[in-house]
Amino acid sequence: MTGSILFEAIVFLAGAIICVSIAKRVGLSSVIGYLLAGVLIGPYVLGFIGEEGEDILHFAEFGVVVMLFLIGLEIEPKNFWNMRKTIVGMGGIQVSVTILLSYLLFSLLEYDWKVSLVISMAVALSSTAIALQTIKEKGLMNTTFGNSSFSILLFQDIIVIFMLGAIPLLSNSDNEAITENTNENTNLLESLPMGFQTLAIILSVVFIIIAGKYLIVPMLRKVAKTGVRELLIAAALLIVFSISFLMEYVGLSPALGAFLGGVVLSNSEFKHELESTLEPFKNLLLGLFFMAVGASINFIVIAKNPLTIGGVLLAIIVLKGLALFITAQIFKLKIDQKLLLTFSLAQIGEFAFVLLSFAFGLNILEQEQMDMMLVITALSMSLTPILSMINERIILPKIGTKESIKRPMDHIAKSQKIILVGFGHFGSTIGRFLRSHGVEATILDHDSNRVDFLRKMGFEVYYGDATRIDLLESAGIADAKIIICATNKISVSRAISKIVKDHYPHVELMIRTKNRYDAYELLNMGNENIYRESLETSLVLAKDVLSKMGFRKYTLNRQVQNFLKYDADSLRRLAKEPKSEDEYIFKARKELEQQEKFLMEDFKRGIVDFDNHWDSEHIRKALNKT
Amino acid sequence: MKKVLILFSHPKFEKSRVNSSLVHHIKDKSNVTFHDLYEQYPDFHIDVAKEKELLNQHDIIIWHHPFYWYSCPPLMKQWIDMVLEFNWAYGPEGKALHDKICLNVITTGGSKAVYCSEGYNSFTVKQFLRPFEQTAILCGMVYFPPFAVMGTHNLSDKALDNYKINYGKLIDLLQNNLAPNDFKNHSFLNEIPQLKTI
Repeated sequence: MTGSILFEAIVFLAGAIICVSIAKRVGLSSVIGYLLAGVLIGPYVLGFIGEEGEDILHFAEFGVVVMLFLIGLEIEPKNFWNMRKTIVGMGGIQVSVTILLSYLLFSLLEYDWKVSLVISMAVALSSTAIALQTIKEKGLMNTTFGNSSFSILLFQDIIVIFMLGAIPLLSNSDNEAITENTNENTNLLESLPMGFQTLAIILSVVFIIIAGKYLIVPMLRKVAKTGVRELLIAAALLIVFSISFLMEYVGLSPALGAFLGGVVLSNSEFKHELESTLEPFKNLLLGLFFMAVGASINFIVIAKNPLTIGGVLLAIIVLKGLALFITAQIFKLKIDQKLLLTFSLAQIGEFAFVLLSFAFGLNILEQEQMDMMLVITALSMSLTPILSMINERIILPKIGTKESIKRPMDHIAKSQKIILVGFGHFGSTIGRFLRSHGVEATILDHDSNRVDFLRKMGFEVYYGDATRIDLLESAGIADAKIIICATNKISVSRAISKIVKDHYPHVELMIRTKNRYDAYELLNMGNENIYRESLETSLVLAKDVLSKMGFRKYTLNRQVQNFLKYDADSLRRLAKEPKSEDEYIFKARKELEQQEKFLMEDFKRGIVDFDNHWDSEHIRKALNKT
Repeated sequence: MKKVLILFSHPKFEKSRVNSSLVHHIKDKSNVTFHDLYEQYPDFHIDVAKEKELLNQHDIIIWHHPFYWYSCPPLMKQWIDMVLEFNWAYGPEGKALHDKICLNVITTGGSKAVYCSEGYNSFTVKQFLRPFEQTAILCGMVYFPPFAVMGTHNLSDKALDNYKINYGKLIDLLQNNLAPNDFKNHSFLNEIPQLKTI
């Protein structure tokens, strides 16, 4: 049955679609759906996927890399630097306490000390994929819990390098056996002495930072200039692939490298564009990853020894949870944050697959021990979403203090989000004036040269095509109060107006238009806030002409106000008139007709001298009559 | 029930303590139209037709404003200049406002003690308000004494609360036919027995 790539793709996609939609309908996390799909299509239930499950798992780990790149994009270097204490502190405590507890457990079970140590190292690592995906799905990334989880996971990504370095030291078997069992685990670092290893690590990190600034951003600008959308997708993938390759080559975790790359690019104008481009890839790959984990659960091993496996699994989850709780206690998290952290990181992560097979390759572990630990790892990952659900639905409502209900005032002020589309001469004036009132608009512009220049001037400008709903979404349209269309392209305003009307009707649109005809069209689409760019300026000029001819300025000022009102009324009236179909052929003639109509309206209005205020002449006339 | 129109003029309302407290207490009362002139006409371009229509619809007109330089803020004077048109509000055919009730609700920084012949402001509030009184009289309206919150620079929160509550009560009294007999011995409406300090 298996073998054809197309067939496998069909199996995976169909499994995902069916199981995830069922899981979502029942109110479970999508991760459970994917895991279940994996079990179903795996070798022990339907048997669609066999041996190749492991390869798929390896390939799908790339989803974790993309995810960390995306997370990096959301963390600016300054904030990352501020997190350093949490990363080292929380991560360090969690890893060391877990290793200690787990070592005690396996020593009690009378394992060899080397085996216990290797297993404990694997146990200490949690699953970035499962934990972060669940946290993001629930929108908890910006809570203390989200931050702590992230810090711990990041520390684990770093520490795993040292673990991989330390495991060979535990091996006392002869070199022959090593080569026999070791799969092609060659990388640059292993051939170097320790000091050079550290140097290589530092160098590659520095390289990523420098490349991000002087290689990647200029490349993205060049790509953006071509205006071909798929090139940008290709460029985004190229960046992530290259970083992963480099990291694997020097022996670092690709996920860690991707994260750093993301942080470096988080300050660039391409942030939103990269996010919306890579998001779909990440989701699909992660889905694949979870399915592969599900498929890799070896039910034969479980059947052989169900009690031992169940017992060890339970013990590991409890001791990991305990270590996490202690960590949270030391860092004084609130009780509900503590519990969330405890439950969401209490699994053994995907790094365990790597560590365990590496140790197996070095003859430290026996086949049986490795199989058991692999099953426990996969099971513990599958249990996480269920444990989290139990925590959230049963435990937290009883003891937790739900924090999401009441928000402080500054949140309300922040949620008055303004999105400004187009930062040319028109939009930049708007942006400057808003900023002078302490209002920072999220700015979208499609000209990468201008974006770069304006960023140098200290504005927060992002690059992208604002007619794409996913870009508007990553710019935060869902929470926006107002979107300003300051672009001079009617096609852009029209598209945004449609998106807002169809998907985000609560957002108020304020649109610049070039002329009356565009204004008609937007008015007829149901937009009320239309700003014709030439109207006020021409009136100010006309006012100055009349002033130079001897008219008094204050009277002219009042007449300008009157004219604006009169013009707005007639614009709305004329917009409702039916228009001829052959719009393009007769455009010139149509414009003349329109001008004529306006002039006729003006003629009916006559010369404006009905402004009697502060004018005693009419009073004198009236009094003389009586 | 009589309908009340509050013509509110304050060029820096967002920074005012006393006026925002007073306004928030009364602006949503039934049969009260709160009309924020500086918000409505930021460019001083008053829509005269609309203002006349509003005046036609109400029985009691309150000019509510801080007392700047012994008078009202400029937009309110602009309002008077523009809206109270000859032969509509006054003049041989100007009867649109006849028999409506009119009064000032004001806030002053100085206390009542400084508004007298011995104080440094030399004159009483009632004397300073003469132009408004006469404007109302010329338009055929019945001018009531002012409701004044005085000494706002040193006003305690408790005293302010008291003023706020009394402002609401005053509007109730006006809507239920408060008559000149009720305040014949008082130069401020906040001194009438119905509004004594709680």
